Amino acid sequence: MALSGIQIYKLLPQTNCKECGFPTCLAFAMKLAAKQVELSGCPYVSEESKVQLAESSAPPVRLVTLKGVGTEVKVGNEVCLFRHEKTFYNKTGIFVRMKSSQADIAAAVAKVEAYKVVYVGMEFTLDGYAIEADDPAKFADAVKAVRSATKRPLILISKDPGVLSTGVAVLSGETPLLVGADATNWEGMANLAAQTKAALAISADSLDGLTDLSEKIKAKGVEDIVLDPGGKNLSESLARSTQIRRLALKNFRPLGFPIITFPCKAGDSVRESLLATQSVAKYAGFVVLDKFSPELLYGLLVLRENIYTDPQKPIQVTPGLYEINAPKTDSPVLVTTNFSITYFSVANEVESSGLPARLLVVDADGMSVLTAWAAGKFDAERIAKAVKGFDVESKITKKRIVIPGHVAVLSGELEEELPGWEIRVGPREAVDLPTFMKQVLN
Amino acid sequence: MPVEIPKDKWTGKTWEITLGATVAEGGTRTRTITIGGDTTMPFMHFETPTPHAPVIAIEIKDRKPEDWSPLLGEAWGDAMKDPATWAKAAESAGADLLVLWLTLDDTTDDAVKSVKGVLNATGLPLVVFGPGQVEKDNELLVAVSEATKGEKLVLGICEDKNYRTIVATAMANGHLVSARTPMDVNLAKQLHILISDMGMTHDRILMDPTTGALGYGIEYGYSVMERLRLAALQGDAMTQSPMIVTPGFETWKTKESKVGTGVPEAWGDWKERAINWETLTATALLESGASIVVLRHPESVKRVRIAITELMTA
Ligand code: B12
Ligand code: SF4
Repeated sequence: MALSGIQIYKLLPQTNCKECGFPTCLAFAMKLAAKQVELSGCPYVSEESKVQLAESSAPPVRLVTLKGVGTEVKVGNEVCLFRHEKTFYNKTGIFVRMKSSQADIAAAVAKVEAYKVVYVGMEFTLDGYAIEADDPAKFADAVKAVRSATKRPLILISKDPGVLSTGVAVLSGETPLLVGADATNWEGMANLAAQTKAALAISADSLDGLTDLSEKIKAKGVEDIVLDPGGKNLSESLARSTQIRRLALKNFRPLGFPIITFPCKAGDSVRESLLATQSVAKYAGFVVLDKFSPELLYGLLVLRENIYTDPQKPIQVTPGLYEINAPKTDSPVLVTTNFSITYFSVANEVESSGLPARLLVVDADGMSVLTAWAAGKFDAERIAKAVKGFDVESKITKKRIVIPGHVAVLSGELEEELPGWEIRVGPREAVDLPTFMKQVLN
Repeated sequence: MPVEIPKDKWTGKTWEITLGATVAEGGTRTRTITIGGDTTMPFMHFETPTPHAPVIAIEIKDRKPEDWSPLLGEAWGDAMKDPATWAKAAESAGADLLVLWLTLDDTTDDAVKSVKGVLNATGLPLVVFGPGQVEKDNELLVAVSEATKGEKLVLGICEDKNYRTIVATAMANGHLVSARTPMDVNLAKQLHILISDMGMTHDRILMDPTTGALGYGIEYGYSVMERLRLAALQGDAMTQSPMIVTPGFETWKTKESKVGTGVPEAWGDWKERAINWETLTATALLESGASIVVLRHPESVKRVRIAITELMTA
């Protein structure tokens, strides 16, 4: 966490020479604390102070980047405990575990590689693979096999640094994450990570243990550390993850690193899904799943998207003219906003009714119908602009649009903005749209 | 050097609320449920132990719903045709309490008969919600309230546009109310003030902050719940009601849960996906402060139970 003006002042020369353009060192320190000036403004800061100041301005949770072949996953850099305080920045990396003993591992990876799912116009995939050296002799081959089938970043799992090094050797130029360091083997693991510039995950059964390991490993020159809080159940995992995040935000450096959890070790698919859910919501930077299961993944990826959405910037759909159920030229045109939830509540109703329609999505700064209307972002002018901008006229024969019931008041102005168009007021709720379309719009 | 575990020290506490009354207490329930009394963010047992586990309600309707997902029809079968039978099935499926929705087609006699039937069939505490249309809600809930005096039912849904009649009848007959506002801290406080101004005591008001399903606005509900709990712990009495949320209702209307054919292959197996949708939503809401989660599918009930049991292990 950032230092206060007074703390910074203590690191300055305290000569008040004014060269920085401020009357006193304290004034300069205050500006620095407020991030309104750069430290370089003072030519007389000691090297030692520079280091301390640089450290204090580092983010509370270190940004750790895993690199594959032209691919990367970044986690960390988080600054709050609750998403509404600011936002959660770097989405949890979701990895699927493979085992080195597994037959046709490349085929298994290829199957996951083919996976992609679309939500609110965004395409989601998995982030990478974890390879566990359950058969040490086959580890290097397994890593090769996985690497032949994917370019994504990898996590390598073994408690034996010698075994891990056979895997890392395959991945030259990459930054994998090594998993398996604990109090018994940390030295060898730290040496390997330092030599190969890999990130290193450490595990211990208490925060004391993690702190101790983190400090020792850092002293060996490993910068990219990842913490495995362990925990025998959801409660313990939640408590430790929360404590780690709280301490990190209090600028406790040894725990200022991303967290990794292993739902793959939960024992069964239900407990796995629960721990994965908790991990996405509560502070995990990496989550390792046992196997590829689309019916869980889709939900998890959506949860991750929702939790990591900036609360100040709602998920939006791209404004435009959307076709539903293959509309003809005389099918109705329904107007709505580009708030994704609004769009989907309307689109889903129309879609499941089977009735053909065009949905004109107006740029309303990503707000719901009433919110946007109250904020002046969904008015006759904007709607008319969308009608013209997306050239609705060229696609239809019947110049008629339907507006949401909640903004019935707009119909008069809209008639003026769009001469020659028939403006119809639809129902208030999207659920009533199919009935309205069948009964009211011939 | 031992690490000092960071513990929050709060001054506020959520209300401890008991649902249902036994014979000795003037009702007929064989068990009652107590929720709330929280003095920490959810499940931070290392600060102070969580006094009461969150509970699972199963949602039933007094007439067979025609628009529910076929997966739910498959799970409940013919039990859906009769609320008392459905209630018994829900009890066997592991519900801690039941939420019975009345329907627009009900007469007051129908509503009372359904509620009585459910009360006779199980000993669980009961929440009764009207169909959601002002006049009908008031008509049905008043009749139900009077016919079940002393049971400590929860009546709802109170909203800013309609709460007076429901609150008045609940007060007159020894019931509780559930107050719903649309995902907004200030609106939640306002409605709580309006209801308590009528003389309803704090320990008889549940707060429903409204929730969205996974993919359909869960993030608003999730964050509003965290903010409400933080406000409660900071001592704001108007936000200290335990929260009830309806992930079952929300998730089973999404396309992901409702539809099995003509959807992308990447969505995976329909049934498993739908249950995950409900379970993930409910689990995330437990983590953000829910005291009652209202679910629909018996398999989700089992899974969410596992989550609660683990989360309550100190
Ligand atoms: C969440 C919310 C917010 C969020 C914004 C979320 C977002 N991205 O839009 C936040 C907290 C930021 C917000 C801010 C404000 N809000 Co606000 N907000 C809400 C709330 C609680 C829910 C809105 C929502 O998401 N609804 C869900 C979506 C899906 O609903 P919808 O878009 O209306 O879509 C439905 C229908 O309209 C219909 N539909 C949609 N399209 C179409 C198309 C056709 C053809 C048809 C037929 C139907 C149809 O289908 C949908 C489902 O049924 C409402 C209260 C409420 N219950 O509505 C207040 C509400 C909309 N907000 C309101 C206000 C006043 C504001 C503010 C101006 C408050 C302020 N003073 O700052 C600001 C404005 C924003 C700004 N200046 O930046 C008022 C509007 C009052 C009014 N009638 O004018 C409301 C109604 C609250 C209230 N009762 O006072 N808000
Ligand atoms: S230039 Fe440096 S030493 Fe001189 S007044 Fe500014 S802060 Fe102080």
